[in-house]
Amino acid sequence: MNAVANTNDLATQVCELDFIPEHGGVCALVQGEQVAVFKIAGEVYAINNYDPFSDAYVLSRGIVGDIKGELVIASPVYKQHFSLNSGVCLQDESVTLKTWETEVVDGVVYIKH
Amino acid sequence: MKNAKILEPDAPMTGHNEKQTVVVIGNGMVGHKFIEQLQEAKAAGQGDYDIITFCEEPLLAYDRVHLSEYFGGKSADDLSLVTPGFYEDNGIKVLLNEKATGIDRDAKTVTGSQGTVVEYDKLVMATGSYPFVPPVPGKDRDDVFVYRTIDDLDQMMECSKRGKVGVVVGGGLLGLEAANALKNLGLEAHVVEFAPGLMGVQLDQGGSDMLRRKIEELGVQVHTSKNTQQIVDGDNCTHRMEFADGTSLETDMIVFSAGIRPQDELAREFGLEIGERGGIIIDDNCITSDPNVYAIGECALYDNMIYGLVAPGYAMAQAAVDHITGSLNSSFAGADMSTKLKLLGVDVCSIGDAHCRTEGALAYTFVDETAQTYKKLVVDADKKRVLGAVLVGDGDAYGNLLQMKLNDMDLPESPEALILPSVDGEAAAGLGVDALPDTAQICSCNNVSKGQLCEAIAGGCTDLGQLKDCTKAATACSGCAALTKQVLDNELEKQGIEVDKSICEHFAYTRQELEHLVRVGKIKTFTELLEQHGQGHGCDICKPTVSNILAATWNEYVLKPQHSVLQDTNDRALANMQKNGTYSVVPRVPGGEITPDKLIVLGEAAKKYNLYTKITGGQRIDLFGAQLHELPLIWEELIAAGFETGQAYGKSVRTVKSCVGSTWCRYGVKDSVGMAIFIEERYKGLRSPHKLKFAVSGCTRECAEAQSKDVGVIATENGWNLYVSGNGGMKPRHADLLASDLDDETLIKYIDRYLMFYIRTADRLQRTSVWLDNLEGGLDYVKQVVLEDSLGIAAELEEQMELIVDTFQCEWKTTVEDPERRKHFQHFVNSAETDSNIKWVDERGQIRPAQKTELEAEV
Repeated sequence: MNAVANTNDLATQVCELDFIPEHGGVCALVQGEQVAVFKIAGEVYAINNYDPFSDAYVLSRGIVGDIKGELVIASPVYKQHFSLNSGVCLQDESVTLKTWETEVVDGVVYIKH
Repeated sequence: MKNAKILEPDAPMTGHNEKQTVVVIGNGMVGHKFIEQLQEAKAAGQGDYDIITFCEEPLLAYDRVHLSEYFGGKSADDLSLVTPGFYEDNGIKVLLNEKATGIDRDAKTVTGSQGTVVEYDKLVMATGSYPFVPPVPGKDRDDVFVYRTIDDLDQMMECSKRGKVGVVVGGGLLGLEAANALKNLGLEAHVVEFAPGLMGVQLDQGGSDMLRRKIEELGVQVHTSKNTQQIVDGDNCTHRMEFADGTSLETDMIVFSAGIRPQDELAREFGLEIGERGGIIIDDNCITSDPNVYAIGECALYDNMIYGLVAPGYAMAQAAVDHITGSLNSSFAGADMSTKLKLLGVDVCSIGDAHCRTEGALAYTFVDETAQTYKKLVVDADKKRVLGAVLVGDGDAYGNLLQMKLNDMDLPESPEALILPSVDGEAAAGLGVDALPDTAQICSCNNVSKGQLCEAIAGGCTDLGQLKDCTKAATACSGCAALTKQVLDNELEKQGIEVDKSICEHFAYTRQELEHLVRVGKIKTFTELLEQHGQGHGCDICKPTVSNILAATWNEYVLKPQHSVLQDTNDRALANMQKNGTYSVVPRVPGGEITPDKLIVLGEAAKKYNLYTKITGGQRIDLFGAQLHELPLIWEELIAAGFETGQAYGKSVRTVKSCVGSTWCRYGVKDSVGMAIFIEERYKGLRSPHKLKFAVSGCTRECAEAQSKDVGVIATENGWNLYVSGNGGMKPRHADLLASDLDDETLIKYIDRYLMFYIRTADRLQRTSVWLDNLEGGLDYVKQVVLEDSLGIAAELEEQMELIVDTFQCEWKTTVEDPERRKHFQHFVNSAETDSNIKWVDERGQIRPAQKTELEAEV
């Protein structure tokens, strides 16, 4: 897994699904971009690893949860919440982070380009 | 428009259109208050005024009520009531050091001692009072003083350096204050009183006797029924006071504090009407016999009464302002003279008819000679109303009784219950706060009414801490804390405000309730708790809270996969995340003691990984700038050298700071370093609602600053003193003494119980200081639980602590030894690269994170 990212034209390999604990996160390098990848109830979500409020690349190390039914990741720095589905920041709707589609094939997680 | 003055022909002439000159003679507490209030009215558009004030003293208004604190180290500036710049900024003219000496009421002018002549439209006499000195031969000798001004105090201080004994003539309120001042100046203090008892105006004989016993125990000697005949040269001291009964007393200093007389000389000389026994006669609007002249404060005589307290003086000032501005919002109708004081540390309260002089009045008296308290309740013949009360030694009932009297409330069936001590947990009988009118003053120190409390509660202050913060009620003497809490509870219930104390949308429970569910239900994971008692997926509020509770209860490794995803930012990486996403590393240095070899290891690790190093406030060393993947590598080296995790990342026990103690220090009485290390080793790793900081000092010089810590231990000749719930930081709080002169074993037992009790009952992220301030019953309650085991849970608390102590593990040792766990300490899961966005710049020979502007400049 510590090898250089395994990439093809359509998707980048992240890791085995089992490596990510339930409600846990990892950070993947996808075509030069940092992507935070989370597992909730077996589903996999991918959002920019960049926290625009602290300018640090750390969102994969935040806590996931739900707020009024919306799945969110809380920034580990200043605790803003970002929707895992839309990337919108709940505290400041003018801020939206890029999200990616994910796919699990044979127990391996991929980020689609 | 600037130069044109247009009057609407139909507009009523209110007088507000014209600028009036208001001259105030006297810049004492009341005179200053008047000016503040008039300036406020002016700012609110209620007329335009030129304000001029004569100030005979070289200092602007200062707080005479707290004059004795000048001896306790307060400066004249500290006592000043004037916000710097207030007079200058508002264009108020002050004639400092100038005494008003003449009034021409026809020409409406005042002349000053330096020849200044000012015209007035309205004149306000706020000349105050002067101390009464009985015409005793020898009263004019040197080293005989009165107790009134800062200048008097300066002279007393000077004199105290020359002598050993001091006498106060007068056993009233101010006299006892002065006696305390003499005691604090290091003199052998005496009080000489003409009457048979102390504070004869406010107290009955029983109360006076109890007060005498108490203050004599504090080292002030009291001589009552003494009529001073003359003061002559002493044999051993400066003076000898000779009394009518043939006895005498030698002393180096004499302070007269035998009452006040209204300073009405000027008014008298220029023809204002004066009362038979002095005082400028005023009406409900504080107007004297001349409609353009007002009198306020201690120089004024209202309804044949001089009011020698500051609160009625302030009320008069407001009444005069309201009359001058024409707002007529208030008038003066006399004032209640009930008082609650702390004299030499003794509670002394007097309400209404303390002497039971009303016809048909009946009294209940309760005397406790063991606790030295005296309480008397005076009621009317029908046992329906409070007429008065005296409380000495225990003033807790003051708030209730005063409210009942002021608001004419019905007494309960057994009025005696109001002054009897509560028996075994049963609350003392109180009054229904609901019955109080909105105007009822709850906090007399800060003048907060029930209405103001209700307003703040409706505005969202739903706990006692917030309410105190917002209204300032119960923040001075805190005598009204119980009453304030009753108003809060009653209002919340009445307004149907349900305080939602759920920690978040996933659990309808408080932290305290969750702790109970976890402990009693033997729940070991977040998922179990959520399934049984919650809903949804959880969030960044409940997950760290629950993981913290789980750790304080079962103490499992916090990075077990099921726990790791619950951990807050720092706990998740067992390091403190800094602003650029890198971490700082803080190894434990118990008690702040470290060997040179270990220091070298830290230095070498810092050099090898290019870390910024800084000494922390908790006597440890912080290494900044480690990236996620470097953490296990750094820790491998530190653990090999004998270091353990310092848990600086957790809501947990941080450090035990210590001074060097009796081992090295010439003054130390105990081995504070040894005790600090013992305590740190015992409680290290303990997770709690918020971080915990401890300290141990080896003597009362307190170099470890233990009284600003959650747990502070200070060595005494006889053992250890245990202080709790102190805090530095954002809202400093001085720690409270929980227990004194403890042996080692008892000290640890009490800390065990205190910490576990806090862990079980505090809110999320509530420091011990705020916890204690919000705890009903406060420190006394904690003492009962911890010292007396009133809840019968002491053994359980100790047992729970024992489990935490026995199951300690160094989380970093466990982590570096677990290859699976180490895989999570890398920036990318699918690449060996590191975060290329982390940039450093050099500052003072070390790294620091590059700022955004520096990064942009680089691009």
